[in-house]
Amino acid sequence: MSSNDSIKKIITVAFSLCIVCSVVVSTAAVLLKPAQQANRDLDRKRNILQAAGLLEEGKTVEELFQRIQPRYVDLRTGGFAEDVPAGYNQQKASKNPQLSTDLSDKEDRAGIGRQAHFVEVYLVEAPDGDGLDKIILPVHGYGLWSTLYGFVALESDINTIAGLGFYEHGETPGLGGEVDNPRWKAQWPGKKVYRDGEPAIALAKGSVDSSSPDAQWRVDGLSGATLTSRGVTDLVQFWLGEKGFKPFLNNLKTGDA
Amino acid sequence: MQGIKETLTTPILRNNPIALQILGICSALAVTSSLKVTLVMCVALVFVTAFSNFFISLIRHQIPSSIRIIVQMTIIASLVILVDEVIKAVAYDISKQLSVFVGLIITNCIVMGRAEAYAMKNPPLPSFVDGVGNGLGYSVVLIAVAIVRELFGAGKLMGIEILPLVTEGGWYNPNGLLLLPPSAFFLIGFFIWALRSWDKKQVEEPDFQISAHTTAKEGV
Repeated sequence: MSSNDSIKKIITVAFSLCIVCSVVVSTAAVLLKPAQQANRDLDRKRNILQAAGLLEEGKTVEELFQRIQPRYVDLRTGGFAEDVPAGYNQQKASKNPQLSTDLSDKEDRAGIGRQAHFVEVYLVEAPDGDGLDKIILPVHGYGLWSTLYGFVALESDINTIAGLGFYEHGETPGLGGEVDNPRWKAQWPGKKVYRDGEPAIALAKGSVDSSSPDAQWRVDGLSGATLTSRGVTDLVQFWLGEKGFKPFLNNLKTGDA
Repeated sequence: MQGIKETLTTPILRNNPIALQILGICSALAVTSSLKVTLVMCVALVFVTAFSNFFISLIRHQIPSSIRIIVQMTIIASLVILVDEVIKAVAYDISKQLSVFVGLIITNCIVMGRAEAYAMKNPPLPSFVDGVGNGLGYSVVLIAVAIVRELFGAGKLMGIEILPLVTEGGWYNPNGLLLLPPSAFFLIGFFIWALRSWDKKQVEEPDFQISAHTTAKEGV
C-alpha cells in the first residue's frame, strides 16, 4: 500500500480523477442546457400569467400565453421599439453602456444603478380579440438583501392594478419573503396607481385603514420587513413613474405608442 | 462476509442510517413537508450513494490514503451535480422546492459514511448494493415522515386532497406545526421508538445510571 502514497502516485490519481469528473460534469451541463432553458422560459411565462391573474386550471401555460403579445418598449421615447438587437437580454443590457442609461442617485429610487433602454412588456388582448385587456410590465428593484424581480399587471384603464408578483428574490423567509404570500398579493388587484398624474401607490406602515381617503392607493406593509416594504414601494413607484413606464403608458392611453 | 441480500436489506430496518446511526437528519427535516419532493430527494440520494460507493470501490486500490477523503468528495460532488442538472432539466418545479438540498447531498453523512466504512474495503458490486440499501433505509424514514407531515399538515398526499380542509369548506383543521421543520424531529423520534420496541437489540446502554431516589429523611 505504501506505493500508493508516493508523491507521484498522489498527483497522478488526483489529476486523472479531476479530468474524468470534469468531463462527466461538463458533458451533463452542456447536454441538459436546452431542456433547462425551456423550463426557465416556461416558468417565466407562468409567472407573467400569474401576476396578471390569468392562470387557469386545466389549461397549459402555452395555450394561455397565446393571448399575450410580447412587445419591446423604448423607455427613452416611450414608444414601441422596432430595432431591438437580436438576442437582447434586459439584465445583460443594463450592464452595457451602449444599451443603458446611468441613473443619478436622485432618480434611482429602485436602486438598480443603470436602466436598459429596451424592456419587454406583455400586452394581453381582450378575450373577444377587441382591444387591450391588460398590460403586464416587468419591474425590479432593491429590497433589503437582494434585487426583487417581478411583474406588475395593469387593467386597460392604465390606473388600476390587476396583480403583482415576484419571481426571484432573496429576502428573509417569513419576513421580507412574505412578498410571495398569496394573501398579501391578493390585496393588490383593484388598487389605483396614479393620483394627479404621479404614482401614489405605496405600502402602508402596518395595515391599511380602509376609512382613510388614501386607502385606494395603499397596500398593507409586510410586518417585520420595513426595508423590504420600502423597497417594494420604491420599485413600483419608480417603474410606474417618469423614468419608468409612465411616458409609454401615457402614449398608450392617447394611442400614440 | 454477508450475502448480497443481507447487504441490501439490513440497512433498511435493522441498521437504519437515520434511526440507528442518526446520520442525515438535516435533510430529513428540510425536504419532508410534501411527499412528492421527498420521493425525488430519495431517488437522488439512492442514486448518489449507490454510484459513489461503486466508483470509490472500483478505484479503492489506487486511492492514496493521504487524499482518500478528497477523492471520495470529488466523486460524490460530481455525482450530485449530475443529479442536480438532471432534476433541473426534467422536474423544474421540484428542483425549485428542493433548492439547495440536492446540492447538500454532498455533505450528507450517509454518503461519506458508507464510502469510508464500506466501499473502501469491499468489491464494487457489494458496495453498490450497500449504497442502494442505505439509500433505501434513508428513504423509508423520509417517506414515513413525509406521509404524516403532508397528510396531517396539509390534508393532502402527493398534492391530492385526502382530508378536506376547513378553509376550503371541509371538516379537517390542519396542524400547522407539521409543515414546519421541527415537527420532523418528533416524528423521527417516534419512528426510532417504534423501531427499537420491535428490535430490542438497537436499544443502547444508557451512558449514566440514574441512582435511586433518596428518601426524604436522608435528604434533610
